Amino acid sequence: MISNLIKKIGRKLYNLLAIFVFLLIWEVAPRIGLADPIFVPPFSKVVYAFFQLILSGEMLTDVLISLQRALLGFGIALIIAVPLGLIIGWFDRVEKFLDPLLQTFRQTSALALLPVFILIFGIGEVSKVAIIFWGVQWPILLNTISGVKTVDPILIKSARSMGASPITLFVKVILPGAFPSIFTGIRLSATSAILILIAAEMIGANSGLGFLIYESQVKIEIPNMYAAILSIAILGLVVNYLLVLLGKRIMRWNDTSVISGKE
Amino acid sequence: MSLSSRKNINLNNKGNEFEYRIKAENVGLTYKVKGENNNKKIDLVVLNDLNLKVKSGEFLSIVGPSGCGKSTFLDIIAGLINISSGRVIIDNKEINGPALDRGIVMQGYALFPWRTIQKNVEFGLEIKGLKKKQREDISKKFIELVGLKGVESRYPHELSGGMKQRIAIARALAYDPEVLLMDEPFAAVDEQTRETLHVELLRIWEKTNKTIIFVTHSIEEAVFLSDRVAVMSKNPGTIKEIINIDLPRPRDNGDLRSSPEFSRIRHEIWELLHDDKVENQESKTRVEEVAKVI
Repeated sequence: MISNLIKKIGRKLYNLLAIFVFLLIWEVAPRIGLADPIFVPPFSKVVYAFFQLILSGEMLTDVLISLQRALLGFGIALIIAVPLGLIIGWFDRVEKFLDPLLQTFRQTSALALLPVFILIFGIGEVSKVAIIFWGVQWPILLNTISGVKTVDPILIKSARSMGASPITLFVKVILPGAFPSIFTGIRLSATSAILILIAAEMIGANSGLGFLIYESQVKIEIPNMYAAILSIAILGLVVNYLLVLLGKRIMRWNDTSVISGKE
Repeated sequence: MSLSSRKNINLNNKGNEFEYRIKAENVGLTYKVKGENNNKKIDLVVLNDLNLKVKSGEFLSIVGPSGCGKSTFLDIIAGLINISSGRVIIDNKEINGPALDRGIVMQGYALFPWRTIQKNVEFGLEIKGLKKKQREDISKKFIELVGLKGVESRYPHELSGGMKQRIAIARALAYDPEVLLMDEPFAAVDEQTRETLHVELLRIWEKTNKTIIFVTHSIEEAVFLSDRVAVMSKNPGTIKEIINIDLPRPRDNGDLRSSPEFSRIRHEIWELLHDDKVENQESKTRVEEVAKVI
């Protein structure tokens, strides 16, 4: 019993070993002169700066404003892209009509469009939310379309043979059948939401985590810069973990791990 | 051919038309496909002048070479495919579309993976518009009938192939169809499970008095289960011969499969199918090409 527990803890520790080694190098390298401590301060100083930022309330403000932008853009994307994807996936004619346009838009990087969005929406909140919406809706839209199109035909046949009306078929077969794919799209988009957000905040903002990184660098408050980067990494991990957990809860029926914890 | 004297014996014995649950009259199905050289469309005749009458409460199997259209014919009865000519009548009404008076069981189980076993069985009952309590009672009853009491709250991926097919049968029976259409339902399960399922199916059939149309490529399976076996030929697909299976019921006591009578009937059907192969040798390649185009 006890030896099992020790083995279990040992395995967990082994999982985290690479991180420990990395942090150790980070801590030691600047101290023994392998790295310039001004540009790469030791990890402990970053942690200190991290807690200073938390205590001063600055971190919370920036995290909240960033989260608000991300969630807003993400929410709008969800509301528009999922129904649109369902329609495109279900009606062949709509797909044939829209596909060339979608393919072209999809290849247009969200960040390339940022100046356009700033021109149109100004430098305020709207342009940032809009750019996040633009970036995150693609994975959701495309995965919804493919989810609808790849619902097992035998399930559709089975439901139809039982006299299911088109609406029943859609609600009880197509929608749940496409759900794992839609959820994959949501997870992918959550990652890109954070990415786009940070970039957008670096270019034109006066708050948020991206702004904090940028401003710290300009003011040469290097530990703060690393602290902000660290908080983004933690944020990404937490969001991914929560989504995986949510996916497992909703899709208990799924045997293949469409929603595994890894990217 | 000496065998043709057997044809329709059963039907001639009892002339009463009202005993037939399903009548397929001169059924034809033709698809338009692109020709190989030019883009001119040509007709691909899948079924031609197919006639079949199925009696109420009968267990009828359809065997035939692959590509003869036996599964297609089953889909036609299910109302999933519209025919080009002729008509199919069920209980004196012409079939137009799927309905709950026919239940279908497919080779691939077709259970909804996101529904629990009980919710799967309830699917047809939901379409029928039954209340929650009624649905629960009925689904539980049929899960018990197929011998799987206790798996109600499981999900399909937790069940073996044989169990999934039992649930598919329970689902098709739950909404109480007159006719059960089975499309190679046991092709994907192992030999031993299949034999168990044969006995189970016969037990359920006797208990529920359903009319069963059973499509299979296994002659042995057809002979073991059926009252009559319809043998199809292909190019175009049609009923070639109908064989009465006069083996005594119940068929699960003793080793019926190795009895001389069983072997004789099996051989008879085998020869019918074999004739067909030889006849069609020439046209075979041609149709396969066309089939690829589709």
